[in-house]
This record gives sequence, C-alpha cells and structure tokens, in this order.
Amino acid sequence: MSSVLYDAPGPRTKRTSAIVSTVVGLVILAALGYSLLTLGEQGLFGADRWNIFNDPLVWLDLLRALGNTLQAAALAAVGAVILGMALSLLRMAEHRWIRIPVTVVLEFLRGLPVLLMMVFFWGVLGLDSFIAVVLALVLYNGAIIGEALRSGIVALPKGQRESGLSIGLGSLQTRLVIEFPQAFRNMLPIIVAQLVVLLKDTSLGYAIGYAELIRRGRLLSENFGASQYGFSVFIVMTAMYLVVNLTVSTLARLAARRRGTKDVDPVIAANTKDPGASV
Amino acid sequence: MNAIFDNLGLFGEGFGNTLLLLLGTVLLALPLGLIVAAMRISPFASLRWTGTVYTELLRNTPLTLVFFFLFFVMPKLGVTVDFFPSAIAALTLYTAPFYAEAIRSGVNSVPVGQAEAARSIGLGFGQTLTLVILPQAVRSVIPPLINVTIALTKNTSVATAFFVFTLVSVLTRLIRSNPADLIALFLGIAVCYLLITIPLGQLADRLEKRLAVAR
Repeated sequence: MSSVLYDAPGPRTKRTSAIVSTVVGLVILAALGYSLLTLGEQGLFGADRWNIFNDPLVWLDLLRALGNTLQAAALAAVGAVILGMALSLLRMAEHRWIRIPVTVVLEFLRGLPVLLMMVFFWGVLGLDSFIAVVLALVLYNGAIIGEALRSGIVALPKGQRESGLSIGLGSLQTRLVIEFPQAFRNMLPIIVAQLVVLLKDTSLGYAIGYAELIRRGRLLSENFGASQYGFSVFIVMTAMYLVVNLTVSTLARLAARRRGTKDVDPVIAANTKDPGASV
Repeated sequence: MNAIFDNLGLFGEGFGNTLLLLLGTVLLALPLGLIVAAMRISPFASLRWTGTVYTELLRNTPLTLVFFFLFFVMPKLGVTVDFFPSAIAALTLYTAPFYAEAIRSGVNSVPVGQAEAARSIGLGFGQTLTLVILPQAVRSVIPPLINVTIALTKNTSVATAFFVFTLVSVLTRLIRSNPADLIALFLGIAVCYLLITIPLGQLADRLEKRLAVAR
C-alpha cells in the first residue's frame, strides 16, 4: 500500500491509522447496530415481515417486474446507441442546414429531464406507458451518446481524417470507415456508463404507471400491507437493482481494461499493490 | 400560449420549488461530496473503504429507489420528515457520490510529478494536498462539477412522483383540465428547464476552454 501522496506507513502512522480505523469502524458499527436494533425493535426482522417471500408467486411477480425493467432498458439501449450514432454524424454534417437544426435538437434533448419527456409521451400524446418509457429513454440517452461519439471523433488525431481523404475515400466514407470505429472504441467506457444510467432511469416509469420493478414492489407491499412488508420488499428490490447494475458496471470496467486504456489515475494506481504502478 | 399565462402562478410555484430543490441539494451535496472524495484518497484504509462502498452503493441504485427509501421506508422506522426536506435528503444522498467522483478525478488529473515534487521537498500528505494538488485540481474539477449540477437539475423532477410540486407537476396537474394546450404547456416547462441547464452548460464549456492547460 503506497501512494505518491503519502509514504509507506512507519510505526507512528501505523498507530494513527489503526486508531482512525478503529474509531471509524466503531462509529459505523454503532450506527449500523443502532439502526438494526431500532429495526429489530419494530420487529422488522421477524418472520411475519418476510413470510411473503415464502410464496413463489411473490418472487414470480417481482422477477416479472424486473423483466419489464430489463426489457425496457434493453430496447432503449439499442435505440439510444443507434440514434446516438446517427445524431453524431448529422451533428458533424458539412451542410449548415443539417448541422444547425440537429445541434439545436441535441441541446433541447440533453437539457430536459427524462421524466418530463415520459410524461409528455404518456400524458400529452397518450402513448402506452411502455412505449413512453422507451421513447423518452432513447431520445435522451441517444442525445448524450451522440455528443460522446462526436467528442470522440473530434479528439482523434487530424491525420486520421486527412489520410482517409487522401487515399480517395469520400468525406462520409472517411467518417464511417476510418473515424467512427476508433471513436466508438475510445468512447466505449462512457457509452456503457451511460447505459447504466439508462437502466437506472427505467425506474422513472414508476411515475407514469409502467409496471417496472419499483412500481410492482410498491403495489405488492401495499396489497399485503405496506406497514408490514414495505421494508422487506424494499430490501429485496434494492438487492435486485444492485446485482444487475453492479454486473453491468463491472462489464464496463472490464471492457475499458481490455481495450488497454489504463486509468490515468495516480491515486487508484497508487492504491494497488505494485508501487511501480503509481508512476 | 394563453394556457401558460393563465397558469403563471402554477409555473411560478413549480419553478420556485425546482430551484429550491436544486439550491438546497447543491449546498448539502457539495460538502458531503468533498468529504467523500477526501475519504477516498486518504492514507487510512478504513476511510477509503467507507467512501468506496458508499459511492458504489449509491451510484448503482436508481434515484427513484432512494426516494422510495426516504418516503416509504423511513416513516416505518419512525423517522417522519416533511416531503420537501425528504426530497432534498434523497437528492443529496444520491448526488454527493457523483460530486465526489468529479473531485477525485480532478485530483487525479494533476500529473504525478507534481505530487512527487511536493513530497520530495518534504511536504506531508495534508500539505501536498492543500498547497500543491488541490489548487491545480480546481481548474479541472469545476467543469465536471457543473455537469453533475446540470444532471441534478434534471433529477429534481423525480420529486414529482413523491408529492413535491415541481415544474413537471405543472404538466401532470393540467393534463385533465387543459387537454388542448398541453403541447404549449410542455414547451413552457421545457423552456424553464433549459433556462437553467443551457446557461450552466455554456458556463462549463467556457470554463473548460479557459482553464485548459497544455500538459
């Protein structure tokens, strides 16, 4: 354990560190203990608070709701990536009368809350709540991914485009065949991170009555008695979300690593075991 | 257009609440984010772990679920707070890790040589951080901090689903009574949001350009 910011610990630092760790540990334990105790006093860990989970139908209901969440997320992810690619190309088009309107639309989409778009599609245009959720997510995340791709293209060395043009490729061809694949690869971590955001944002469907995980969970606990099961259902829902999101996040990290982009991150590097990695 | 002027009061209330949510959360989440960031780069493993677990936990939980916790679970635990403070608490808990990550990546953007130079002339951890790293980190931290704030502006809308009257609530309330003017109302609300987000975005871009250092 070493970092550029501080030395390998000597005896005195080790002692301070041990004291700090103990104090922090105790504070956290005390806080956890207190909350667990309060929860326990209210009987939240009693079997009668959790027995709905003996019923396979309850699990089936929650898993189906999770399926709805994932379905909306998957469809929206595909749509957002495709829209993002299209928008990034149009945004960089040579003709002003394509570029400028697209820029305005992008700014508009990026600046609005997803929930407002969902309410618009569902309440104002009267679309089905599933379609409203997917459409809003596609538009919003497509705009963001489009901007990411564009900055990826801008960041490429100028010579890439020049050499494409000089071997006789057209402007659009150069963009599609030479620049785009590189930009996409460079921006992959950002795109995947945005897809995690997209996955989390499906939960906004809660507000417009799409039967995603949180809405079903709420209905479920209300059917069985919210005061009795509200807590246990919340815990199960959180666990489900964490499992899914942490999996996707880990995949994102793996994708970034496989590409060989080392985090330019001295502090993280410094916290790895190899002291040489900190430079 | 008339629908907007007829409901100017509602618009004012929604806009005011949205701004209040935004300001309240920034004031609370920024210090919390700073603390979490400091924890994550500190020499003490226990603090690093606490910061990392908090960050990972909140970053992988949907905001709706955080709201859900504060509005439906906390009362069952005997903590009853008004809707508005609860909404600010939910937004703060959710936003702080993003601020923390922005600050931390800013610290990381300072070249290692700077820290090495500081350490080699005998500065300690605290001195290295406050005298050498942070002053240089500030310039690369401000644009991402603004970007998190823009995201926060949009996230305040989630409070709509949890009994807080935001700009989006203006639309949901008038859906039944003004079916003919909904598009105009939607555009009015959109403009209100863009009034906050676009200037902030321009500011971030401009600062990014001005503060960029060739390294």
